[in-house]
Amino acid sequence: MKPFGYLRATTVQEAVQALAAHPGARCLGGGTNLVDLMKLGVERPGFLVEVNRLPLDTVAELADGSLRVGATVRNSDLAAHPLVRDRYPALSQALLAGASGQLRNAATTGGNLLQRTRCPYFQDVSKPCNKRVPGSGCGARDGTHRDHAVLGHSDHCIATHPSDMAVALAALDARVELYGTEGARSVPVAEFHRLPGDRPELDTVIRPGELITGVVLPAATASLPSAYRKARDRASYAFALASVAAVLHLSDDGTVAQVGLAFGALAHRPWRATRAEEALRGGPATPDAFAHAVDLELRAARPLRDNGYKVGLARGLALDVLTRLATPART
Amino acid sequence: MDSSPHDHGDDGADSAPPAAYRSEVTLSVNGKPHTLLIDHRRVLLDLLREDLDLTGAKKGCDHGQCGACTVLVDGRRVNSCLQLAVSLDGCDVLTVEGLTEGDQLHPLQRAFLDRDAFQCGYCTPGQICSAVGVLAEAAAGHPSHATGPATPPGRPVPLDAAEIRERLSGNLCRCGAYPHIVEAVQDVAL
Repeated sequence: MKPFGYLRATTVQEAVQALAAHPGARCLGGGTNLVDLMKLGVERPGFLVEVNRLPLDTVAELADGSLRVGATVRNSDLAAHPLVRDRYPALSQALLAGASGQLRNAATTGGNLLQRTRCPYFQDVSKPCNKRVPGSGCGARDGTHRDHAVLGHSDHCIATHPSDMAVALAALDARVELYGTEGARSVPVAEFHRLPGDRPELDTVIRPGELITGVVLPAATASLPSAYRKARDRASYAFALASVAAVLHLSDDGTVAQVGLAFGALAHRPWRATRAEEALRGGPATPDAFAHAVDLELRAARPLRDNGYKVGLARGLALDVLTRLATPART
Repeated sequence: MDSSPHDHGDDGADSAPPAAYRSEVTLSVNGKPHTLLIDHRRVLLDLLREDLDLTGAKKGCDHGQCGACTVLVDGRRVNSCLQLAVSLDGCDVLTVEGLTEGDQLHPLQRAFLDRDAFQCGYCTPGQICSAVGVLAEAAAGHPSHATGPATPPGRPVPLDAAEIRERLSGNLCRCGAYPHIVEAVQDVAL
């Protein structure tokens, strides 16, 4: 590991100034991904800004009924928070479906969003990878890509984003709050991560020197029926092969009043299924309508040689979750 | 007060790094305070094993995937291989060596013996520290992937075998002693 300077920042201002003063610096939260990547030689920062001591470790209800989650709230604490379990069950379920108890105790909300792909070519510095070394090629495209993207990938990169949490946040219309030398701004979680295009080295729209300060869960999706379901190679402690987060609110006449649907492990970012949502809104909440809408969304899939199974898997997960949400007695 | 004269580089360098790459850290390990000048690259696992001669926590994968290095920091179980020691200033670390009180084994240590919950034993300190964390998390009402949706928030979660298996999934046992490990934890959880 390359030697690096270190600052224990105690205010957001101090952290942002340190990031500006040390181009290429990284923020250290739980370190569960960053420290691993530093050991692998994938990340080689010359300076770390520790953000664990920033006053961003609380979950607070705002006056408009939304819920603000500080960037350093640990994944385990967020999953266990009574307001999250009560109002945004998909988020709690997604967090608990990810990683292990030890990792969730360390991992932060901001760090979860900024974690890197687990593509084995990205993690192995002896292999070509356009995300790690732009222009070096993609080893996965003609190599081992069973876990890789079926939606929105490019000639340059077929990696997926590994987060479970972010998929639930995308379906719940959450926003990421950012702070940098140019001030504060906020971005929908569904637009925070990028598609790879010809710049796969950029995972997100975060600007150099910007810090994630929190995530806001809106009042509009609070207390609506929501759920997360994940398929993986073993029963626990594995990344998703495909996952689905859904929010579904029915009118008194049984039609779809409000719907949010997002897929995980299918793309370079949580895949907000806007085509499916449009098809469902105002229509009947029936298995046929769900199947029609999900098929409309997954029509855009372009599977690779060895990952075509993901399309059918994601379809089945989505139909199961939507059907269960439409049948409250069974959830 | 201890100090660390050793080099901590992974790159094979044999000289101490410049001051910009080291910081003073004060932390408590098994109730004993230590103030150390630490290479920023030092992870907690290496600090425990190589500087403090606490070899209970084991290095398995060194990437947070096996759980053999599990210790408790401020009462919460974490993978010590992924914790930079410099980030733990002011923290309380508890390792498997700190679980005994005199000659008195921790109830989980006793249960692992009674249930023969190991074969080679390499993963055992991590399993036991992780189980200590599991008991505290369940008592504090933390749910798991195996917890039913009807379980009320904020109340202790009963630990059946399915809960224990799910909550301990971050601790691998390559000998496959899982059935006895689950029984041992269940003995203490009941």
